[in-house]
Amino acid sequence: MNPKAQNRGAAIDLEQVSKAYGAFKALDGVSLRIEPGEFMTLLGPSGSGKTTTLNVIAGFTDVTSGKLLVGEKSVVGVPAHKRNIGVVFQHYALFPHMTVDRNVAYPLRLRGVTGAERERRVRHALDMVKMADFGHRYPSELSGGQQQRVALARAIVFDPPLLLMDEPLGALDKKLREWLQLEIKRIHRELGTTFVYVTHDQEEALVLSDRIAVFNRGAIEQIGTGRELYDEPATLFVGKFVGDSTVLRGPAATSGGETAIEISGQKVATAKRLANGGKPVMLLRPEKLALARPGAGNDGRNRLTGRIGEAIYLGSGSKYEVDLADGSKAIVRSTLEAQSFAIGDEVDLLFAGSDVKLLADDDKADLTLT
Amino acid sequence: MEMKPLTRVMLGLVCLLVAIWLVAPTLVVVPMSFNENKSLAFPPQGFSWQWYENFVTNPDWSNSFLNSLKVASIVAVVATVLGTLAAFGLDRMKARPANLLRMLMLTPMVVPGVVLAIGIYAVYLDTRLVGTLLGFVLAHTILALPFVLIAVSANLEVFDKRLETAAASLGANALTTFRTVTLPLIAPGVMSGLLFAFATSFDEIVVSLFITNPYLKTLPVQIFASITRDADPTVAAVGTILLCATTLLIGGGMLLLGRERKGAS
Amino acid sequence: MSASEPTIPAAERRRAWRPFALALPALVLLLAVIGYPLLTIVVRSLSEPQWGLQNYVWFFSVPINLAVLQRTFVISAWVTLVCVVCAYPYAYLMTAVGPRVRLLLLLCVLIPFWVSGVVRTLSWVILLQDSGVINSILRSLGFGGVRLIRTQTGVVIGMAQVLLPFMILPLYSVMKGIDLKLVQAARSLGARPSRAFLTVYLPLSLPGVYAGAVIVFILALGFYITPALLGGPRSTMLSTLVQTQVLSLLQWGRGGAMGVVLLVTTFVLLALAAPVMRSRHRQAGRP
Repeated sequence: MNPKAQNRGAAIDLEQVSKAYGAFKALDGVSLRIEPGEFMTLLGPSGSGKTTTLNVIAGFTDVTSGKLLVGEKSVVGVPAHKRNIGVVFQHYALFPHMTVDRNVAYPLRLRGVTGAERERRVRHALDMVKMADFGHRYPSELSGGQQQRVALARAIVFDPPLLLMDEPLGALDKKLREWLQLEIKRIHRELGTTFVYVTHDQEEALVLSDRIAVFNRGAIEQIGTGRELYDEPATLFVGKFVGDSTVLRGPAATSGGETAIEISGQKVATAKRLANGGKPVMLLRPEKLALARPGAGNDGRNRLTGRIGEAIYLGSGSKYEVDLADGSKAIVRSTLEAQSFAIGDEVDLLFAGSDVKLLADDDKADLTLT
Repeated sequence: MEMKPLTRVMLGLVCLLVAIWLVAPTLVVVPMSFNENKSLAFPPQGFSWQWYENFVTNPDWSNSFLNSLKVASIVAVVATVLGTLAAFGLDRMKARPANLLRMLMLTPMVVPGVVLAIGIYAVYLDTRLVGTLLGFVLAHTILALPFVLIAVSANLEVFDKRLETAAASLGANALTTFRTVTLPLIAPGVMSGLLFAFATSFDEIVVSLFITNPYLKTLPVQIFASITRDADPTVAAVGTILLCATTLLIGGGMLLLGRERKGAS
Repeated sequence: MSASEPTIPAAERRRAWRPFALALPALVLLLAVIGYPLLTIVVRSLSEPQWGLQNYVWFFSVPINLAVLQRTFVISAWVTLVCVVCAYPYAYLMTAVGPRVRLLLLLCVLIPFWVSGVVRTLSWVILLQDSGVINSILRSLGFGGVRLIRTQTGVVIGMAQVLLPFMILPLYSVMKGIDLKLVQAARSLGARPSRAFLTVYLPLSLPGVYAGAVIVFILALGFYITPALLGGPRSTMLSTLVQTQVLSLLQWGRGGAMGVVLLVTTFVLLALAAPVMRSRHRQAGRP
């Protein structure tokens, strides 16, 4: 084995992978290619199949059907302990009867690495996670964040070509989580290994990832960079799960290659056309919406009327929830200091047709958002 | 719950009596063992070591003691291995078969001793196992098994199975995982199972009374015979020795445990 | 490496059998050393001297047998009662005191286990006999002696001491879980201490009493050594009768029939108690 080549990271291919528990399909035809050295995040609500996918890659769960290749080789049927994949668990899973040093040395012992070489690699891994001074402690004597860093060192000490992380920061508080996110990013850069990261936190996914695969109900809704998911969501679910959004529904009419939607009696031009038919729904990002006092000019933009339902001061600006006439809510982010509205104010909601995302309606998108 | 002072005193008094009732029979053998007369009448007369001497020199006593030691040691090992394996298996089964099998394996605890004893005696007569080491070991192992099962199962219940998944991800196969992760973490349960198994065998009397013969007697059988035959204070000496031995063992164990815990922190 | 898909179900099936394989040695030994002997006894009770129910007819038609059966139940009931009465305050005190005293109380419960059961019975002989500790204390206090050894009272005292820990420990584990705030709540609602105890604490502790009582009663039914050494002819229990039939009279059929009666009684009681115990536990677990 050439450690240099290994360190470039392994590619992963899932082709039509399914996992069924009786009648319940935990994974339903998942296909995904992860490039060598890539930081891929599997994002989705609980029960969406992201952790099952991780378990399938790690070898903790057998697939019902489909192909799975790690480093261009099929690993279907290969037991977990022969896959040489590092895994970091949400609950650390450090061995309580071993010191930090022995925990980190464990995978090396299993691989027959001995003496000074083992010592050196344990030091190196602990240095990398900044835990070099804690080698003689037991896990019970460490804080949650420290334990997770040791777990990370243990998962990378044997230079696996692939590192899987299952909500590793889920049990930690916000400040620590943000700091460790940056640490994980740094370690990914230094190692060059392929990282697969599972989380339900879309902000975390945006901070960390090269690309994100959004899971829903055992299937992938969309794969793309954070920007692609935010700017060009392929489905209503992705639009709602990644970032804040306003969703508007109404009867649609298509004329001259452009779809217009009627919202509480007002025709809204979208400058878009729903490609594959179906019932369309409009999705708008908060920063693409503007608020104005009633009667102000609209510069050719679409205009809907509403009333401020909630006003939240964020420091860098304000966030408003606007109750529209048809009962739906719009979320607006305003960075204009001069402009401020109070709860109950009548307002006009302005937006350009070109900023509207037109997506196929999907009633399941609401149900799964919990 | 707050209590009136009178209730409090009454409660304390009742509990003191219960405590004495529990402990006194354990201690009463001590003065009797130094009796000068061959009698178990109270109070004992004079002071002498003769019954301890008798225990060591009389082959009836010393041999039965060694037999018990031999049987109990083998039983402890066999029952612990079988019980630990079984507890591990039950832990990994689906709930329904596991509960059924567990109930089955705990039956030796509730089957009335004499019923079991005549059954085993009947079978042993046919298979020539009466008065053999193998016969004692088999019978005692089955009686000790439930205790090992309970002790190890209790430990497995609180054992975090995710650690095994972690070990697998680090490259350990099932056997290595068991040896390096699971076993060290359930060791307290296994150890107490071992002790229970030893004690169960060392103390077993009902089945032993049936499957014994003049060539192979265990200590409880010898004690029983001695009590029913005559008032021999050697029994009291044996009781005192056992009391001291267990006290030393348990006290030593606690001390060791306490030191280990201190060392770890 | 061309590991193809269809190999998985086989691997999964193999893994599903592994737990059974682990439990197998213990199970085989269990069937050989418990199952087969018990079966032998059942068969012998039905087949010796010839096939039929004659041994059971004999058992239920001879007055002495019925008297012993009845006595076995009466003694077991007394032992259970004594255990409940003594264990309840003791277990309660264990929950009410500090950790040091609790350890001491727990130690007192466990010490009897330290010493060989036979030796413990010997101790009771020393204590209860006419020239024993209790009688010499009574005499020195100016009372006349009482006959304890070879009486039912003596048997009950000895058996209850052996079985007391089996009552105290489940009772303690239930009492430990009782939320004392509930008693405080009852007090704040106007209940006197005794009433708060009777209406709140006692019902909540009943599952422990029940569990302990079932264990003690069932174990008492099968007692052999203590009644044999402390009892006399008029306190013989069923186990002793079984032993006499088999070892002294070589009546395997009759002894077997008695054994089967004892065995069936035990399991019927267990089966009757199990569902009630389970539902009681659920009740106690409910907040």
